[in-house]
Formats: sequence, structure tokens, C-alpha cells
Amino acid sequence: MATHAPEKVTLPDELLSFVEEWRDKPGNLIMVLHKMQQIYGYIPRAEALELARVMDVPLAKIYGVITFYHYFKLKKPGKNKIQVCMGTACYLKGGQDLIDEIENLIGIGVNQTTEDDVFSMESVRCVGCCGLAPVVMVNDEVYGKLKKGDLPEILAKHRGES
Amino acid sequence: MAYNQYILICGGTGCESSKADDIYCNILDELDKVGARADVQVVKTGCFGFCEKGPIVKVLPDEAFYVEVKPEDAAELVAEHIVKGRAVERLLYKEDESKQHAKIDDISFYQKQFRVVLRNCGFINPENIEEYIARDGYLALEKALTEMSGDDVIAELEKAGLRGRGGAGFPTFKKWLFTKQVESDQKYVVCNADEGDPGAYMDRSVLEGDPHSVLEAMAIAGYTVGADRGYIYIRAEYPLAIRRLEKAIKDATEMGLLGKNILGTDFSFDIEIRLGAGAFVCGEETALLASIEGERGMPRPRPPFPAVKGLWQKPTVINNVETWANIPVIITRGGDWFSKIGNGPSTGTKVFALTGKIRNSGLVEVPMGTPLRDIIYNIGGGIPDGKAFKAVQTGGPSGGVITADNIDVPIDFEHLKELGSIMGSGGMIVMDEDDCMLDVAKFYLEFTVEESCGKCAPCRVGGRKLHTILEDISKGKGKPEHLDQIAEIGQAMQRASLCGLGQTAPNPALSVIKYFREEIEAHINEQTCPAGVCKDLVQYFILPDKCIGCTLCARRCPVNVISGERKQPHEIDQDGCIKCGECFNACKFGAVVRR
Repeated sequence: MATHAPEKVTLPDELLSFVEEWRDKPGNLIMVLHKMQQIYGYIPRAEALELARVMDVPLAKIYGVITFYHYFKLKKPGKNKIQVCMGTACYLKGGQDLIDEIENLIGIGVNQTTEDDVFSMESVRCVGCCGLAPVVMVNDEVYGKLKKGDLPEILAKHRGES
Repeated sequence: MAYNQYILICGGTGCESSKADDIYCNILDELDKVGARADVQVVKTGCFGFCEKGPIVKVLPDEAFYVEVKPEDAAELVAEHIVKGRAVERLLYKEDESKQHAKIDDISFYQKQFRVVLRNCGFINPENIEEYIARDGYLALEKALTEMSGDDVIAELEKAGLRGRGGAGFPTFKKWLFTKQVESDQKYVVCNADEGDPGAYMDRSVLEGDPHSVLEAMAIAGYTVGADRGYIYIRAEYPLAIRRLEKAIKDATEMGLLGKNILGTDFSFDIEIRLGAGAFVCGEETALLASIEGERGMPRPRPPFPAVKGLWQKPTVINNVETWANIPVIITRGGDWFSKIGNGPSTGTKVFALTGKIRNSGLVEVPMGTPLRDIIYNIGGGIPDGKAFKAVQTGGPSGGVITADNIDVPIDFEHLKELGSIMGSGGMIVMDEDDCMLDVAKFYLEFTVEESCGKCAPCRVGGRKLHTILEDISKGKGKPEHLDQIAEIGQAMQRASLCGLGQTAPNPALSVIKYFREEIEAHINEQTCPAGVCKDLVQYFILPDKCIGCTLCARRCPVNVISGERKQPHEIDQDGCIKCGECFNACKFGAVVRR
């Protein structure tokens, strides 16, 4: 027996009814995982185990899928999700400089979360606003044509809101 | 109700993120205030393509083209233009000093364009099925169902010469024909909307601006090959497109244009949306099918091709969004009409996402065979800040560069292949003299290495190895034999990789060596980066005779390695310098140089 068996959890009704709605549709796992991540912000391990039981699929299959696709997160993100676009247009126009500057300002690199859980940063490939390059998204808000000097104000704004 | 005037607001993702939604609401409020709501129709449309100047508001029939509009401008727009009939000069698009207040048709950005795929983008409200129908929407489906057999549809596509717009350019009619010919109890139709090429957003704009055109085309395919079920596989990163597709499917089903017994015939067809999850390899058709099946998105060996054994081992037609969007027009206007657009065996138009170092960044649609010069200079407006054009990358991480020497080459499948690039999905990234070609190749390889699924060794190992070599060269550790090694590894990957990702991954590196060999050799033999991008090969110096000691660079330096008395020449301590370039950018006297 595994010594680190996570504690048993119950899944929220919202997720359970979604599973029921999709139960008979072939290839439903990825859609259910999308719903799960929408609810929790990531795929927590204990809940994944419970989902495996409810859907009658091996936990290994769930982990096989969530580790393959970049979109699924295994770690809880910060309250404010910073996404720096590193698509080609943004890269050429200084996307990396923005990442470096954010690291300077709040002390976290890509795929890290600040100790107080206020910010996490990731680099993404193209948010499709190439006309606005370089682009940073904080939560759902898009900031385009950015310069390094714009970042402190943006971060302060979101820190204040959290 | 008849309207006197129309206000069209761009509702594509680019403009939405610049608060187009607030502009829309404010304009409605202002119209209410002046009691003009009944006379003016306000429409939030799909992308106008001119993303550089967004958000954009058009007023018809006056053809006023307002750019970079802010939500607080709504009051003035309504009070001046709508109420008093006077254009708001300060917001009108001005091409340059001589050509003020260009009307929409006069704007150079639009003059050389020819819109087939984007025919409805920026004209209709994508969330209103009636507006699509009013512009001949679902006419092609009706024509196919009532006047044409499956063979007729395929014959029309063959006449049109339509080729897949996802990258490879395979004739569409053949895919459909092969699928039709296979006997099976179940067949599927799939739309590839997993647009993962960084720097390309054509498909997203079509789905956001004209979702019904894709649904209609998929239903036509279903009728032609004998499938009753379609799937749209779309990136989860495109929430607006997903929302509009969901609404479009619902509306079409309610009107009997999807679902059971379409238009009273015995043909039934349902469409379901499946979300991608951020894996570039899923743009490859067999990997995409695996992902729809809920598996890790890894490609399968072909043959069997999806037309024979596709989704759940059943015959499947799979096309990309832009290909789908062409089909209703081909059916209504005929394959002959379509085949006259374009250049030889490359018929029709192509949509490009023109980005990077270009004045008018945006989405452009031109006939196949349009010379690159027209796209860069007439439509794109040239390179900003007086810099020199260096190259254009087409085909993203699978493509290559086109240099200034080839700028008059017609852009179509054949010519791009001759140049060692590919059409790809339509990303067109412009680079200027400040961009290092080695760095660009490294960027693309980093991407393909990260996105390789790892199933086959040529891609998994070869890509990593290529990237390591480029990394070494960029750090001044390059060796002359590296260039041959790149060619050798690249060739092995092209020949032996399982899918398109691995087969094309070496292209950017090979293309850069072919066209910019001297620049790469400078990195290897002289340990310099001519463009000044590769940090390990660059040093910053202050010229004592030009430095007036203003201290600005010293204050900007994030690591405090610039020293010097006020009004005395400053100096950079090379040991501590992190080569961020802040001093170089800050200096107003040209005293900081990069070598």
C-alpha cells in the first residue's frame, strides 16, 4: 500500500454533474479535466484520485494526460496569474526582458509563485494579440505594447486588488 | 426597421482586450442619451484585421475609419458624427501627412487585399445567425443538399483546386474523395482549430468573426462523405472563439441548419466542440485525433491516413479552419471562379498574420502569388523606426526565412518550397537589422524541443542536439564543424521523424544557415553577434570623448557597475555587467556603444 495515500475528498456537485453529462461520450476525460481546472485553478492530487474513482479510469491515465498537456497545472497558482507572452512577435519585441524585469520586481521566475501566494508567473506561447506585442496578461486583463517601466504600476494595481 | 447609419466596432480578441466592449456599451448609452438609438445600428463584428491601430470603429455609410478609440471617446463620436454629421478628426486614421482621413477603400492596408475567407469578418455580428444568412450564409449547404450529389461537391472542389491551408497544401478534394470511397458504418468530420504556431491567429479571427462559415462547410463535408457527426478541436486558450462557436452551433441547430433532417432532407449532422490543452503537436492530424479521443496527443504512423482510419478508427475528413471557410464560397460561386484567383496550382487566397517589425501589424488576406514586397511595403507599410528589412519568417517553427534578395518572389506553395520555407498556417514574422538570425532559429528550436511529444527518437534526440549546438554557438563556443553537423542532424530528422513536427523542426536552422551563413560564421569564428543580440558575445562600452557625464546611464544601471564623477566620462565595469542594454538605450549622446 502507498504510504502517502491522500486523504479522501468529495468532489463538488458542479463537477459531478458535469461528469454525468459527459459520461457516455467517448473521449470525455480531457473535457472533464478542463472543468476540474476551471474549478480549482489546477488539478489537485487528492481530487484527481477521487475523479479516477468516479470516472472509473486509472489515476495513471489522468496523470498521463495532465503531464502531457501544458494547459493543465499540477501546482496551485498564485492569486494573480501573470502570463508573459513568448510568441514570436512578443519575443522579438522584448518578451524576455519583461520576464527578467518581473523577476527583478517580485523575485519569482517562470513557473514560480511568490511566498505570499499573491503572484505566479508563466510564459505562454502566443495569446493571439500579436498586434499589441509585447503582451502580458494578468488574470484576464491584457496589457499590450509594454515597456519594462510599465510593469511596477501593473503589478501594484493587481497586488492592491488581491 | 431601417437604419440611417451603422457603427461597426471590432470585437476580435486584440481589440476586445483594448476595451472594445466598453466602447460598445458607451456608444449605446450615448445614443440613448441623444435619442438616436432607433436610427443607428451598432454592431460588434469580428476582426477588421488592422490590429496595429485597434480598437477600430467604422461608421457607415460615411466610411469613417476611427482608430485607437478609447471608451471615453464614445460621447464625442456620437455627439459630433452621429448628431452633427461632422467627423471627429482627431480619431480618424491618417496614413501619412499628405493623405488625411482616408476612406476605408483608400487605405493602403486594404487596397491590395482580396477577401474570400475573411468575407464576413468585420461586416457582420458573428453572434447573429441572421446576419450570416443575409450575406448568402447556408446557401451553399442548401445548394449541396438539394441540387448536388456528393460526387458533384467533390468535382467542384477539384475544379477549384483548393489545397489545405493548415500547412502542407494537400488537395482538399482528395481527402474528401478517399473518405467517401471507404465503406463504413460511421464516419466523422473534424475541424482543426488548434492554432499553435506562435505568432499566427488567422483561424481564431475566422472563428470569432464568422463561425457559421465553418459550421456550414463541415455540414457540406458530412453530406458529401456520409458522416453525421463533426468535431471542432479548438485551443482552450481561445475563450472568445469557443463562446461564439457554441452560440453558433446552438442557433444553427434551432433553425434546423444542423441537427436532425437538415432543411427537411434526410441528412442529419451534429457538431461538438472539444478543447485542446496546449500541445503544439496536436496540430498534426493524427495527434489531434488522439487528443479528441481523450489520450495523450501523440501522432500515429501514416498510412493508414485519417481518411481511411481516423477518429476511433473510422474514416475521417480533417481540415483546418481556413480551408473550411473557403468551401461555402466555392459551392455558391463555383470552382471555376475560385480557380481563377491565385497563381497556377496555388488557387484562391491566403490569410497571413503579419507581425513583428512591421508598421501595420494585422491580419491580411491576399491572392496566392502576391509578391512579398506588396505585403511588406504596400499593405504592411514597411519597417518602423527607419530600420532596414532583414527577413521574413513564414511557416513559424516549421518554416524558414525569406531574405531581401527574394522579396519579389510570389508567395504561394510552390515558390515558398523552392526557397526552403513553407506556407505553414500563415504566420509572417518580419525581422529587421536588430534581430539576430541565430537567435531566431534558437527560439524556434527551443519551441519545437519543448513541444516534441517524445515518441520518436529523431525528433526527441535530434531536436535537443540541434538546440544545444545553436546554444553553444550563441555563447561563443561554436566550432566550424558545427555547421555540417546541423545539416546532417537536420536531414536525419526530416527523413526519419514520425510526424510533421519533427520533419520540419530543423527547417528554421537550415534556412538560416543557407541565407545567413556569414552571420552565423561571425558567431563561430569571431565570437561576435553582428546584430548585438546574443548576450554572451556582446560588450557595452562608453566612448570617453562622447560621454558628457550626465550620470543617466549610471542611474539606470540595475547592477550599479557604471562609475564616474558628474560631468566626467563614465566607465562600465565589464566583470559585473549583465548586458541588459539599459545604458545603451538610456544614453542620449550616442556615447554607449555595443560591440
